Amino acid sequence: MSKVIVVTSGKGGVGKTTTTAALGSALAMHGKSVVVVDFDVGLRNLDLIMGAERRVVYDLINVTQNQAKLHQALIRDKRLENLWLLPASQTRDKDSLNEKGLGRLMKELKAQFDFIICDSPAGIERGAILAMRHADEAVIVTNPEVSSVRDSDRIIGLLDSKTEKAEKGGKVEKHLLITRYDQSRAGRGDMLKIDDVLEILLVPLLGVIPESEQVLRASNIGQPVTLANPMSAPARAYSDAARRLLGEAVAMNVPHERYNLISRIFGGRAA
Amino acid sequence: MNLLKRWWKPRELEPSTAPVARERLQVLLSHERGATGQSNLLSLIKEDVLAAIKRHISIPSEAVHVKVERRKAISTMRISLDLPK
Repeated sequence: MSKVIVVTSGKGGVGKTTTTAALGSALAMHGKSVVVVDFDVGLRNLDLIMGAERRVVYDLINVTQNQAKLHQALIRDKRLENLWLLPASQTRDKDSLNEKGLGRLMKELKAQFDFIICDSPAGIERGAILAMRHADEAVIVTNPEVSSVRDSDRIIGLLDSKTEKAEKGGKVEKHLLITRYDQSRAGRGDMLKIDDVLEILLVPLLGVIPESEQVLRASNIGQPVTLANPMSAPARAYSDAARRLLGEAVAMNVPHERYNLISRIFGGRAA
Repeated sequence: MNLLKRWWKPRELEPSTAPVARERLQVLLSHERGATGQSNLLSLIKEDVLAAIKRHISIPSEAVHVKVERRKAISTMRISLDLPK
């Protein structure tokens, strides 16, 4: 059974692309065949985060407009053989994505992969709607901060109305992923707590990714954080979230950095 | 001494801000959900409660507060009314 998961948020800069790359590679490490699809036409970045920016030949638009075959556009990850990337177009604009072609493409992807993870553009316009259009499940990425929570609430409304599933009377299964969480600031009362965000948005929690310098370090070198430094706190948090997506019951806690000798020596150099 | 005071003061005097954020979001989103036609359990319950009370007492819609609080084992819903004097 293949699953289409949209990673969405409304607000920009909260960690959608980081999350897509990290969850995609974590699921692939669990032996699933995974494709991560960049829907941010005109502002593609997933290729960069995955470290495949120099290998892009054809893209999502080429495939939906029948200018290239799917297999010509798919880029196989160099680290994980069952992880693939379908990049967005950098030169076209969001209107070049047509719904019919996209429907055809999604069908084709579903026949090939266990997980199709769609990295949504920010906003609530056409691009974001198309990214969620075919989703079975949604990962809503939210920072514990007022504007991000508000925008997530908007996106939740759209998931319940603008998706194919919703239009057919079904429901997209929603998961909340809180990113850039700082336990000590929340403890001091200077950041919304996890329970605050859950209480406001009323979406089940998939995981909590702690604020970490490792995320920027991983993006600098073009590696998903789960591969760049698998023992780091955000990598472990993403890996737990991926296991929950697979249906495993994993105790919910916020990982923190382990500063022992082994991570000092190998940390950041793994993978 | 002065330096020490300056260093200590801000954190001690600054009140925590997260509860304000939480309160503001709860109020804002209950309005926005209504405006965008989103189904929202809290605002639906609020309307029903308001309608029931209004049959007996005249109160404005702002007088009804519905709040859900999540705890470890159970969640509670608190409905409170500001009654006119």
